[in-house]
Amino acid sequence: MSKKRIATVWLDGCSGCHMSFLDMDERLVEVFQQADLVYSPLVDLKEFPEEVDITLVEGAVSSEEDLHKIRMVRERTKILVAFGDCAVTGNVPSMRNPFGTNAVLQRAYLENVTLHPQVPREVIPALIEKARPVHEVVKVDVFIPGCPPSAETIFLALSDLLADRMPDMAKLTRFGA
Amino acid sequence: MTPEELRKLAESQEGARPEPRHRIKICVAAGCLSAGSDRVREALQNEIAQRGLEGECEVKGVGCLGLCTAGPLMLVEPDGVMYQNVTETDAADIVQSLGKKPVERLVCPSDMSFFTKQYKIVLENSGVIDPEKIEDYIARDGYTALARVLEDMSPQDVIDEITRSGLRGRGGAGYPTGLKWSTVAKAGGSRKFVICNADEGDPGAFMDRSVLESDPHRVLEGMAIAAYAVGASQGFLYVRAEYPLAVKRLRTAIRQAERLGLLGNNICGTTFSFHVDIRLGAGAFVCGEETALIASIEGKRGQPRPRPPYPAEYGLWGYPTLINNVETFANVAPIIRNGGDWFASIGTEKSKGTKVFALAGRVKNTGLIEVPMGITLREIIFDIGGGIPDGHQFKAVQTGGPSGGCIPEQYLDMPVDYESLAKVGSIMGSGGMIVMDETSCMVDVAKFFMDFCVTESCGKCVPCRVGTAQMYHLLDKITSGQATMDDLALLEELCDMVKYTSLCGLGQTAPNPVLSTLQYFRDEYIAHIVDKQCPAGVCQMRH
Amino acid sequence: MNQPVRVKTLKIDDRDVSGREDETILEVARQNGIFIPTLCNLEGLTPIGACRLCLVEIKGVSRLLPACVTRVEEGMEVYTQSERLQKYRRMVLELLFSERNHICSVCVVNGHCELQSMAQILGMTHVSVPYRFPRLPVDASHERFVVDHNRCILCTRCVRVCDEIEGAHTWDVMGRGIDSRVITDLNQPWGESETCTSCGKCVNVCPTGALFEKGKPVYERLKKRQFLPYLTMMREERR
Repeated sequence: MSKKRIATVWLDGCSGCHMSFLDMDERLVEVFQQADLVYSPLVDLKEFPEEVDITLVEGAVSSEEDLHKIRMVRERTKILVAFGDCAVTGNVPSMRNPFGTNAVLQRAYLENVTLHPQVPREVIPALIEKARPVHEVVKVDVFIPGCPPSAETIFLALSDLLADRMPDMAKLTRFGA
Repeated sequence: MTPEELRKLAESQEGARPEPRHRIKICVAAGCLSAGSDRVREALQNEIAQRGLEGECEVKGVGCLGLCTAGPLMLVEPDGVMYQNVTETDAADIVQSLGKKPVERLVCPSDMSFFTKQYKIVLENSGVIDPEKIEDYIARDGYTALARVLEDMSPQDVIDEITRSGLRGRGGAGYPTGLKWSTVAKAGGSRKFVICNADEGDPGAFMDRSVLESDPHRVLEGMAIAAYAVGASQGFLYVRAEYPLAVKRLRTAIRQAERLGLLGNNICGTTFSFHVDIRLGAGAFVCGEETALIASIEGKRGQPRPRPPYPAEYGLWGYPTLINNVETFANVAPIIRNGGDWFASIGTEKSKGTKVFALAGRVKNTGLIEVPMGITLREIIFDIGGGIPDGHQFKAVQTGGPSGGCIPEQYLDMPVDYESLAKVGSIMGSGGMIVMDETSCMVDVAKFFMDFCVTESCGKCVPCRVGTAQMYHLLDKITSGQATMDDLALLEELCDMVKYTSLCGLGQTAPNPVLSTLQYFRDEYIAHIVDKQCPAGVCQMRH
Repeated sequence: MNQPVRVKTLKIDDRDVSGREDETILEVARQNGIFIPTLCNLEGLTPIGACRLCLVEIKGVSRLLPACVTRVEEGMEVYTQSERLQKYRRMVLELLFSERNHICSVCVVNGHCELQSMAQILGMTHVSVPYRFPRLPVDASHERFVVDHNRCILCTRCVRVCDEIEGAHTWDVMGRGIDSRVITDLNQPWGESETCTSCGKCVNVCPTGALFEKGKPVYERLKKRQFLPYLTMMREERR
């Protein structure tokens, strides 16, 4: 039986969920006996491939780039997993929402800066109006709340998914865990 | 005071002046007033004074004549000529024509279906008497029912008569009035209260307003009879503050009735006392809900509380309280005068009597109508209402305000009664009836009513406070072409949840306009979502 | 002499239980270890039936009734765990989470929050209604306490405890519907309140991190609620 193709991406996240993923330590070996990591910010691959079985998405959708990325990921993935509170609820990135992008950019790049204050326009992707959880933009198949979800939780969830079972996350984790 | 003494009193007041040769009755209820009928009245009075005709000609302000779309309206007696759209400049012509040929260009045909197909019980004095003169009311058998009740009937007799009539609450729920009175009467307690709910909050509804402005004594008499039947000695009339004219006329009416011993201590010389105080609302639709209304009178935030216990058992300040709508009370005196069986002979098997409707929207004759229960929608809209103007097509009729639903063409021949309306997914409600043609977008209509519910939700329970806001947001997405079919599925789920988990009637019925438009006009929703189009051409699509 | 209180027998989830006629379904359920979720309810405060989490099905009654205010009756058959009820409870929670800004990971009561725990108990792992992200203030003017409106679920426990138990009635609700907010005095900053006694009862009864004490680390933020049933019991005995 061919190995499952799994990927991870991060959008507007702190990469804490990925660190938790890595915290699986030696169990990573077990996971990657059944699966191939076909894309991840942790490794060197440049292009998100087609026909991915499981993608773990960390972070909220905050910028134009995130939007573009997640839509592309959704198209190329069978099972999309929103992993971590930012992806599931918006969490910390969404704390900018009540203020609006203008106020936030002004405070960050103009008011709090002494040298060359300016709002970046090149290279840095534009912020979208509100930072949203992933499922408000594309369809999500599994939700793993937690900030970050523990390595144990991630391992149990992945084990279920790799065995073609839908994991019951409510028993394993909660918001802010 | 016996009926005989009452009549003598009325006559003595009238007899003080000789009967004029001509009497002009001009409507001074809110609708015509806002169209300038007070200025017309003044112009007529000036014209009459100028011609020295004061002795022969009287100009009298009366209540709502019904055909509000054609106001200012007036009636010339004894000729029986009705004039419409009268302005001050017409005064000279009108006075000139008294006793001669009427002024053709102003004539409103009195044989229109609008007038002939109505059956007036609640509105029988409306447009006939001066609402600021108790003598007018007494001359039309006013307060004879109260006098008779106090003289000849026991409280149980009264309740039996009301039960026999089959009268059901006219505030919207249609709860059997006799049963409610009987429950309050049986409740134990040292004190009891009677409350009249005049917080008419449905957008587009003005039935109660018209009754209060045109015939306030009718409501007071009904309340007094109810108080006698249930054993209360204090009443409250909770009127919304947005009806200042109604409040003014009620205050005058209460004062006049007290002066004649028809309200207050020892009514009609008996041991029965009943005082009525007015309490003003402060702009909250939710205070039309009985427990929220009671909280408001108690000086608390106008928020409902879970029921049971019902106000009949535990109401104002914890005492058994009878709370009925204006129109319900207005039916009481005629029932006592003519008998419960008479009332039960009108209407259908389960919905007796008549109902007042405020006919509005895309229909030729908008205004106030009173029709027997069981009349069809087609008769109301196309006969009485005169049909859809400007060559447009009927699309739907909305009944029951923000708690009701939209009824499409296929049900035009159904009888208007509590059960039939509920069966097609709407409610009778308090009587608002809004006609729509093909230029109305049904999704937009649902959104309008949901917006109303969001603003008026009291905020106590989660489903209504947040659920309505979420449903409005979804409807806004749909009408701006930004929604998906998943959004529609979520909307339907929220409708179900809000309907069955909300604390009070506001939340429980807030999903009704959405549910009924989804039932009959689902294709319009799909068009907005899938095709990003508004078939009626109303909604602006955003991208 | 008072009338003797009658005892009623009824069924909850097909179990035979008994309760005094002045007890609510919720009280009897709790006495028998039957779980019914609640948020606005707190023993010692007048129940108001506002959160709608405790709705139960009663045989022969067409409407769902809140267990916290409905008295037990003889022969009642109550069902607390049907699929329909569970669906509605999850939706109530989802609506609450979507209403304001509940960011668990950085909250002062992360791990000790009744709203958070309820999500876990009811198996809610994400919110399917769109988040509203309203703009709401934080009032830290009081010497010892803070009110963060972003975390408030309008359960009004603070209003009730301050009114019924402390007697100061510093808290109340302003506005209507989705614009409602709990306020101190006449919507003045808490630090300027002339009625507040700084007793901290409101902080202790608050189910979320909306009301909290300054200067305490997260793991010390345990709400102390023993005072409530104790005070209620003392007052009842004196009556």
